[in-house]
Amino acid sequence: MQADRISIGQFLSRRSGGKRVNTADALTYLYLTIGTILMFGPVLWLVASSFKTQAGLVKYPPPLLPYQQVQVDVEGFDKPLPLYTVTEEDGTISELAQVRRVGIEAQMVDPAEPGAEPIKVNIRQREPVEEVKLAWENYLDPLIELENFDFFTYLKNSVIVTTFATAITLVINSMAAFALSKYRFKGRDAIFVLFISTLMIPITVILVPVFLVITSIGWKNNLWGVIIPGAATPTGIFLLRQYMLTIPDELLDAARIDGASEWHIYWRIILPLARPALAVLAIFSVMWRWNDFLWPLIVLSQNDYFTLQVGLNAFQGELQIQWHYVLAMTVVTLLPITLVFAFLQRFITTGIATTGMK
Amino acid sequence: MTASELPAIKNRSSVRLLNQLDPITRPVLLLLVTAVDRILTPIQRRVGIDKMGYFFVLPNLLIFGIFVLFPMLLNFYYAMTGGTKLFPEDRPFVGLDNFATLFDCENFSQPNSCQEDLFWRGIFNTIQFVVFQVSGIVLFSLITALVLNRNIIARGFFRSVFFYPVLLSPVVVALIWKWILQHEGVLNAILELFGGESMRWLLDTNWAMFWVVFVSVWALMGFYTLILLAGLQSIPPELYEASSIDGANTWQDFRFVTMPLLMPTMFVVLVLSLIRAVQMFDQIFVLTGGGPGTRTQLMVQYIYTTGFSNQIQLFGLSAAASMVLGVSLLILTLLQLRLGNQSSLA
Repeated sequence: MQADRISIGQFLSRRSGGKRVNTADALTYLYLTIGTILMFGPVLWLVASSFKTQAGLVKYPPPLLPYQQVQVDVEGFDKPLPLYTVTEEDGTISELAQVRRVGIEAQMVDPAEPGAEPIKVNIRQREPVEEVKLAWENYLDPLIELENFDFFTYLKNSVIVTTFATAITLVINSMAAFALSKYRFKGRDAIFVLFISTLMIPITVILVPVFLVITSIGWKNNLWGVIIPGAATPTGIFLLRQYMLTIPDELLDAARIDGASEWHIYWRIILPLARPALAVLAIFSVMWRWNDFLWPLIVLSQNDYFTLQVGLNAFQGELQIQWHYVLAMTVVTLLPITLVFAFLQRFITTGIATTGMK
Repeated sequence: MTASELPAIKNRSSVRLLNQLDPITRPVLLLLVTAVDRILTPIQRRVGIDKMGYFFVLPNLLIFGIFVLFPMLLNFYYAMTGGTKLFPEDRPFVGLDNFATLFDCENFSQPNSCQEDLFWRGIFNTIQFVVFQVSGIVLFSLITALVLNRNIIARGFFRSVFFYPVLLSPVVVALIWKWILQHEGVLNAILELFGGESMRWLLDTNWAMFWVVFVSVWALMGFYTLILLAGLQSIPPELYEASSIDGANTWQDFRFVTMPLLMPTMFVVLVLSLIRAVQMFDQIFVLTGGGPGTRTQLMVQYIYTTGFSNQIQLFGLSAAASMVLGVSLLILTLLQLRLGNQSSLA
């Protein structure tokens, strides 16, 4: 039986094909370990920091986990009092709650004997008692009421922009892709080339004139001004057209013989069959719109119309950065995208690998 | 892309959620769809089937025309007008003055000698940024793709780890790193732990550019890793079998099988990352604001500042600068088409 037993080291180093670990493998896993720490560590650090109190955040060097001073209820006092470990002159150590601080002297009371006379302690003799505790107020305060950061308005605006823009993009892109892949009409190829040639022309190059168009329509400080200009994405047309080309024309002809109208064919045959490609485009569009920054920054100049990204930027740009709120709101902003990623990862990775676009 | 390459969509939780919404959305949609059908059927009868293509392409073409094509043409006009008014009829025609202003330099290698010194600093910074960022991305995404393509445990997990930052918004990425890099931040704490000295990283003229490049490589490399990984996996395994019969070692495998076959994908990565690096704005804007001074201010930030965030909005100058950016993107794209054709012929 001895021969069947293997050490943990052997077990972990076992590879397919029965070969032992070599230098290349060791380097591979070293790279992956360092890579994981570098890629994921910053995000974890953000999340951990977002649960620290304002006082906890200024501590240096920063502790790994969010600590807070323990507060105790003492009879005879309305508010909970902060707890300290006090080392007295003679070396005895006791846990006392601080009633108030006067200069370098702190008046402290033993929580076990609330009625007793306060003890005077030099502040250098006390150390705060801390416990791991999450500062949920970083998250709750902005949700309830916070000056200069109207979370719900920003969230609402971001959700509106993302959903409407994605819906519009899906409909108009799929219609255009249908036309470009299944019809023969004059100028079709020219239109396709026109669309595709703007793949590499970002809105950055035409900021001023698009801003004029938006202003003329009266969409400045209006969410439509953010939604519409980017709706006709060449990426989406390309992706959907390439996919629709694989749908056999015979299917359409059969439907026509059965008396289906063209619109009916689009709605009943093409769209259901193109669902995988539509899903990829939908996920991309959600990502683009949720993360969009420069264009909303230009169109939206009033607080009431800010999206989350623009609001977050304005909030972190204040003279005194309130990091405890900024960090918490950053976590909230990355949460939806993280969830999308967790559930729909396969679509995202296949979509990028097959189109080379993001 | 074919149907088989995309994962099946059935039975996904997201789809189930959509199905639950069905009782509300379906009647509304049905009404809409029927209405459109009512309008379209007589039209279809008159114009014939093939011309219906015009109808389907119309909505997209309209938005494209109004918000992309028309602005592209209008941009030329803006670049040739002056003043601070937005509407074209209020703007005096100045010909090529804006370009003359941009290119008014005693010595093109010295941004200080230029009238628009910020524009030239932007160009120099952009070139520097692009060179370092693109080489960083190509190098690290290649290494990561090669590593992920090996026979490793939990490949899916590691692939996700490297890809995850790609999804984060530029604002979020910038804030994550701003928090780490601040003076009382965790990086300085770690450095001090190992006997190093703490720094004001983003306020240091020498380090700010490094971190701006580092952060954007961090945020974007997963995307290119994925493209390279797809390229690696499309190399037929028979080739490696053949090379091992010929007695090739790992390096020879890499040099004579992997690299030549990966070249087209590498080229795509190079061009895509170049084009995106030239347009870099938001991450840097939030991370350093272009500072310290103008050390990390790139071209797009000049366009934004000149046209939109300065007190005096010089739309003409901004449009002219954006045309310079557009031309450089055009050159890069043409280069891609040119070289891309060559590499596929070779």
